[in-house]
Amino acid sequence: MVDDHEKPLSLVMFSGTDDKLTAAAVLAVGAAVMGRPVNLFLQYYALDAFRAGRVNADHALSPEATVSQAPLIRAHKGQHWSELLKQAKDVGEVNIQACALSMDMFGIGREDLDPIVDGIEGVAAFMASASDGQVVFI
Amino acid sequence: MTQEMAMSITIAMSLDLKGLSCPMPIIKTAKAMKQLAPGQLLEAFATDPGSVPDFKAWAQTTGNPLVESSQEGGVFRFVLRKKEI
Repeated sequence: MVDDHEKPLSLVMFSGTDDKLTAAAVLAVGAAVMGRPVNLFLQYYALDAFRAGRVNADHALSPEATVSQAPLIRAHKGQHWSELLKQAKDVGEVNIQACALSMDMFGIGREDLDPIVDGIEGVAAFMASASDGQVVFI
Repeated sequence: MTQEMAMSITIAMSLDLKGLSCPMPIIKTAKAMKQLAPGQLLEAFATDPGSVPDFKAWAQTTGNPLVESSQEGGVFRFVLRKKEI
């Protein structure tokens, strides 16, 4: 029998701003460090942030970031979300898949993605990976 | 035996995680624990208050016993024992 903490955590990454990408990466690395398999499904604006050469670009912040909060978020000396995801892969079982629909929408192929992305799949394959674990949409 | 000698015998690895914020202390600890043999001890020093519940939760969930969790002058000290396989 699989314990709860061994069930996969599956994140649908939709948002492409640095704050939400970071929040998602923290959840991913946290689950990985606790021994849970992690699936990331990259859609829309999140997928765009994972394009080759764009990972370290400025992806701005969500609209809810206020004028007083934005500088605090930008100045925080935490790790970049891409670095957190690399750490997550080092420490655990993390599978990063690009959404086939979003790939088609943007007219891009495998060679247009950062190497941290493991592959391209559709929603059915993602749901199969998610199995009976939680699915979180960010 | 001096205290220093005892420490060098019992602690297999020591991590300085001071100044790091969540989730880095527990990531670095988990990675370091992979390098230890079963039964070996790892000590870690952190200043992130979130590391206190994090180390406890990580130890319980992964089955690596947290044999010490203490604080001195704003620095937390944790000692983990690598679980037997």
